[in-house]
Amino acid sequence: MKDIFVRYGQRAALAGIDFAVGAGETVAVIGESGCGKSTLGRALLGLQPVAAGRVMFKGEDLATLPAATLRHRRRLMQMMFQDPQASLNPRMRIGETLAEPLVVHHLATWRTARTMVAEMLNRVGLSPAHAGRYPHEFSGGQRQRIAIARAMIAGPELVVADEPLSALDVTLQGQILDLLASLQQERALTYVFISHDLPVVRHLAGRVSVMLGGRIVEQGAPAELFAKPAHPYTAALCDAVPIADPRIARAKLLEKQPESHEGQPAPDACPFSVRCPHARPICIEAMPGLRSIAAGRQAACWLHEEPA
Amino acid sequence: MRPAAARASAILGAILLALVLFAAVAAPLIAPYKPTAIELRQRLLPPAWEAAGSSRHLLGTDNVGRDLFSRIVWGARISLSVGLAAASLGAVIGGTLGLCAGYFGGAVDAVISWLIEVQLAFPFTLFAIFLLAAFGGGFLPVVGVLALATWVNYARVVRGQAMSLRSQDFILAAQSVGVGPARLLRRYLLPAVLPSIVVVGSFSAAQAILTEAALSFLGVGVDPTIPSWGAMLNLGRNYLQTAWWMAIFPGIAIAITVLGINLLGDWLGTRLDPRAG
Amino acid sequence: MTAPLLDVSGLTIRFGATLAVDDISFTLGEGEAIGIVGESGSGKSATILAALRLHPASTTITGMLAFRGQDITQLSPDALRDLRGGQIAMIFQDPLTAFNPLMRIGKQIAEVLTRHRGLSRQAADAEAIRLLAQVGITEPARRARQYPHEFSGGMRQRVMIAQALAGDPALLIADEPTTALDPTVQAEIVRLIASLRRARGMGLIWVTHDLALMAGIVDRVLVMKSGRIVEDAAVDDLYRAPRHPYTRTLLAAVSRGIGP
Repeated sequence: MKDIFVRYGQRAALAGIDFAVGAGETVAVIGESGCGKSTLGRALLGLQPVAAGRVMFKGEDLATLPAATLRHRRRLMQMMFQDPQASLNPRMRIGETLAEPLVVHHLATWRTARTMVAEMLNRVGLSPAHAGRYPHEFSGGQRQRIAIARAMIAGPELVVADEPLSALDVTLQGQILDLLASLQQERALTYVFISHDLPVVRHLAGRVSVMLGGRIVEQGAPAELFAKPAHPYTAALCDAVPIADPRIARAKLLEKQPESHEGQPAPDACPFSVRCPHARPICIEAMPGLRSIAAGRQAACWLHEEPA
Repeated sequence: MRPAAARASAILGAILLALVLFAAVAAPLIAPYKPTAIELRQRLLPPAWEAAGSSRHLLGTDNVGRDLFSRIVWGARISLSVGLAAASLGAVIGGTLGLCAGYFGGAVDAVISWLIEVQLAFPFTLFAIFLLAAFGGGFLPVVGVLALATWVNYARVVRGQAMSLRSQDFILAAQSVGVGPARLLRRYLLPAVLPSIVVVGSFSAAQAILTEAALSFLGVGVDPTIPSWGAMLNLGRNYLQTAWWMAIFPGIAIAITVLGINLLGDWLGTRLDPRAG
Repeated sequence: MTAPLLDVSGLTIRFGATLAVDDISFTLGEGEAIGIVGESGSGKSATILAALRLHPASTTITGMLAFRGQDITQLSPDALRDLRGGQIAMIFQDPLTAFNPLMRIGKQIAEVLTRHRGLSRQAADAEAIRLLAQVGITEPARRARQYPHEFSGGMRQRVMIAQALAGDPALLIADEPTTALDPTVQAEIVRLIASLRRARGMGLIWVTHDLALMAGIVDRVLVMKSGRIVEDAAVDDLYRAPRHPYTRTLLAAVSRGIGP
């Protein structure tokens, strides 16, 4: 379980986040560029210094651990980075990259790791013969599989996947999702999925957190959240998902759109206030906290606050 | 520079360097005389093509009758080994300090950067002369001093590169796997900065050879009885009017070596450019 | 009968030993919009790059590619330059690399205007500002004086569209223009292009790997696989009753919407 409160720098990249993940859950964090979801992912793993608050993993505050102990804990919490090519050492053969987590955590020596690496490569749909190659010799889809293999090989309990599908063609996305799902089944993993792609998240996640401007604006189970969004931003995100039905899509294009304002929201204002069709004066002055509006649903919006 | 011209100059550099290397390696075989063999009756003979010259001494002899050609050929050993040793030692010191400064940042970087600034502000040759005069000349002290002269070149380049690399995803990914700093430096950062080190190395070697020559010229170089080109220059300057060959030929040898290294280093630099790789 | 806007017949493109496009044929009428969908390596990008002859000289292109009756492969370099950015405009996936980072946006758009519409400097500057407003950029006069890096991804894409429109094109080619953008921004750009197309009666070729994206904006869809066109159908027919198994695979992979 984790409770997090992260504040980073003057202009908060993350502000007042309370985020918890239970064992075996799949939680999705969705939002657009700059909302802080990647920062949150890194903070969860202790890769991002936290200006205030705590990140607790299985009851331990990551910030209080000495460097060596923290490194040791890393075996249990792994990350898949957004750009698989950038996250692999271009000068290391992938066999070595995959063996590295095993050796670093004393699960094997460089020599004995070879069999485990071969097994893992097979598991993710690659061949053990690939171990001798360098990252640039693989296709995008293959590199994503390598990234998955590296995250899984040391037997973690928690995996944070940062936009694992965004670099892939739609047909590959399904395959990778299946792989991730089967790995989760097999190994009883806990997933935190970071994405800006709603349809993908809907099938996988048990819970969804919507982020905007460094804050969580809504949380809940995907089916309800997408069917009846409580926060206007969530509604906007749902509306933006392309629909593979030409007649509906054409009709949508002819719909009138609310005026889109440019410019940054004021520091304390609700981050959506510049674009929100329901914006009220109070929205520019302050941001409400995340409040429970139904069983398992929370939203941070003045629309759901009790009138003063 | 157009590729053809660049390649041509690289080949020229390689040829020059190969010549010097050959001389150094094959010295016992191609030098007709021992470099320290004094033969006073043959002193101050001009090169063989001059009227007073003798075919037994191709480039003439110095003031105590030692064959110049032999001394130059043997001298290649000194210059090359000094250049290589100084460049290598400088690379190790500078590379390590640069990596640590760039990767760890903070206090470590502050200290190392300060050291770099101090060294750059210093009139180094003066300092070197002082050091060597205090400790006497000799091969090891000279190499040490030369390494001290060049480590800064490596450190600055490596530090900058390490700083920009450390925020890259593949470093972050390795950290998230739990890789410790030792392995990160050795297996992730070092291979990435190695091309730069090689390039700096080639120029440092040239710089070291020149500086050694200068130090010998000023009398604080390696042992003057061992034929270092710089020492020969030093000796020859007193005889410029009367026996110009004593200074000119060692000078040409130095120029050829440094030119070869620089041409090759230039080409290496463009080839190993990390932006292209 | 007037020539179609774009007439492609037997187009084959080779990069060295690799066959990127294998004998494809299709036509695009005036003001018509088609989508070309396929995975990476299907040849869709190679096809449209050929429309403006943007391939390196080492590429072998055989077959015919005609714009309004003129064979593009036979055009002189001058005529080709007139075509590019003028009657045929193209927008790309990464707006950042499409612009000169050292030149102000307004000036870059004005260049297209002076080149293709023969406007004077002042007229071009004013028109550039007008175009920026047309693509939904607020405070266009101020923004015209800014540099590319001062714009966000979605904004840059709008600016790229403005620049494309500057030449008053008869055909707009969009190569995965929204792939790198956030969903809400994506939706805005799609909406923008659709409305501009309606207003100007432009032809449109939209290239993507995501079938759902183009559903509302195109009249016809070409499905490409391994350099060939495997299906060519009107958009409604394709989505309702896809004939080729590969099309069905692609349709299965995309979303059917989300929400109410």
